[in-house]
Amino acid sequence: MSAVLNSPAQAARLAKFAQRKQLNRVALVLSFGAMLFGLFWLFWILWETVRLGIGGIALATFTEMTPAPNEIGGLANAIYGSFLMVMLATFVGTPIGIMAGIYLAEYNTQGPLASLTRFVNDILLSAPSIVIGLFVYAIVVARFQSFSGWAGVMALALIVIPVVIRTTENMLQLVPPGLREAAYALGAPKWKVITGITLKAARSGVVTGILLAVARISGETAPLLFTALNNQFWTSNLDQPMASLPVTIFKFAMSPYENWQSLAWAGVFIITMAVLGLNILARVLTRKKD
Amino acid sequence: MSSTLPAGRNAFDFPAKATNRAMTNPPPVKPVNRSPLPDKIFGWLALSAALLTLSLLFGILASLVIGAWPAIAKYGLSFLTNSVWDPVQNEYGGLVMIYGTLATSFIALLIAVPVSFGIALFLTEMSPAWLKRPLGTAIELLAAVPSIVYGMWGLLVFGPILATYVQQPLQAAFSDVPYLGALFSGPPVGIGILSAGIILAIMIIPFIASVMRDVFEVTPVLLKESAYGLGSTTWEVVYKVVLPYTKSGVMGGIMLGLGRALGETMAVTFVIGNFNQLDSLSLFQAANSITSALANEFAEAGEGLHQASLIYLGLVLFFITFVVLSLSKIMLSQLQKHEGAST
Repeated sequence: MSAVLNSPAQAARLAKFAQRKQLNRVALVLSFGAMLFGLFWLFWILWETVRLGIGGIALATFTEMTPAPNEIGGLANAIYGSFLMVMLATFVGTPIGIMAGIYLAEYNTQGPLASLTRFVNDILLSAPSIVIGLFVYAIVVARFQSFSGWAGVMALALIVIPVVIRTTENMLQLVPPGLREAAYALGAPKWKVITGITLKAARSGVVTGILLAVARISGETAPLLFTALNNQFWTSNLDQPMASLPVTIFKFAMSPYENWQSLAWAGVFIITMAVLGLNILARVLTRKKD
Repeated sequence: MSSTLPAGRNAFDFPAKATNRAMTNPPPVKPVNRSPLPDKIFGWLALSAALLTLSLLFGILASLVIGAWPAIAKYGLSFLTNSVWDPVQNEYGGLVMIYGTLATSFIALLIAVPVSFGIALFLTEMSPAWLKRPLGTAIELLAAVPSIVYGMWGLLVFGPILATYVQQPLQAAFSDVPYLGALFSGPPVGIGILSAGIILAIMIIPFIASVMRDVFEVTPVLLKESAYGLGSTTWEVVYKVVLPYTKSGVMGGIMLGLGRALGETMAVTFVIGNFNQLDSLSLFQAANSITSALANEFAEAGEGLHQASLIYLGLVLFFITFVVLSLSKIMLSQLQKHEGAST
């Protein structure tokens, strides 16, 4: 045994093996480090958001209008504007997204039109949101010569659509074909099979998609910059420019005024908690389904 | 309507006897409305929703071309190589912004690709099973944080720290080295191309990492086990078996991240400095990107050449991201085909 170990060939092989093990160890340590690196940023950003944002949270933040520089105020109109536009955009975008998702999953799964739609949808899903803003500016704002809440709603709805299409299609495809066939065998027409059986079976997944879409548009700033613009006052009139939380944060954070900056941090805190909360809720929903 | 059958085999063989009831025809069922109209309307609605999505892309393209037309007519392609951006003289060229967009995205990829690879390796090969889900979720939450949060954090928290602990030491260490010194010249204030690149990297890590993790997981277990069986280490399995197998998927993920980085607006607008001149190639120099030029100037730009030039920039951006995202999609679908062929 020891004679074999001492032979030079064996020694070289063992050295090679040690080297390979060493390389493996280095790679795995680096990989662990990469994981920590990713988590580090998440926790750092969350920590700073809480630390700097929580000080700006008071009752006035939710009840008073955005102030002039160096005056006391809150974010009420911005929060309301964001809420209104996000809600309306979801109502506009979701049905279109679900119907297109149904088309891809139930009507035309293989054809060239379906492939093209899927391709275009994937592009839209990752397309720069500021370009969506430019598009809505061109077809709404420039035509009516005014920034408006409706333009903001439209820009956000255009971001909702691809997200909902993607999740609806994926979730419908997970529904076992036997369920559809059973419904057809009972004589149900196609639209009833889809609305009553497959869509119902895929309900939690579709809801997850909608929640993710809401989370995504709640934080979107770029498409609102030149559609809804901003407004210092409370308004429910969607024909007028409308304040939103992200645009207000942008304006306040870039300013030199201290009270604006602290309100901006409060806004960042609210928005981060809302968006992460929605994301976690969406994940919990899908996990229950598994 | 339908009586429940009593237990016992007889019930099935001689139902009438067992239930002591005469066999009758089932009671008439209310006929289902079988008119084809609702079905047609529903199908038509689904089709038109899909067509609407399709037309969106072409609508965006057309509206950008129309809006940018005055600038396209005046400058043509020389717009892309002209670095003068001067609203006062009404003279516009997009080179500074295009350079800023490409440089920041390049830095972002340099950082994000190795880190994402490490994360995907950790999640697929090293992590204990019970940790996979929470860790994966945590990384994906990085993608959920709104970009305006990254921007504000980058400007007010990260920038100053970067300036003090990274930029100043780098500058001190390399100020005498010929080429590297130029790369690190300029005011170390924590805003500029480098900080924008780093923040973009953090933002695209979750996209690249989750695609890599997903494609690593489609590698057939048999392949991996064979490699392990031959005595490979974990690293060798990943680097020599998994990575070659998932090559196109990995490239697709990287392209997806690149597409995101190119189009990111708010985070970059906060930290890039919005400086419209290109007088040094320093990484610390304030610069501008297509998206931040749009975010800052578009609402104020009056109609005319200024606005048209900004829309031209938007068109260039849309074109670049379109190409990058298409490549990403094609590469990812190649992996799926490959996968389909091998099973």
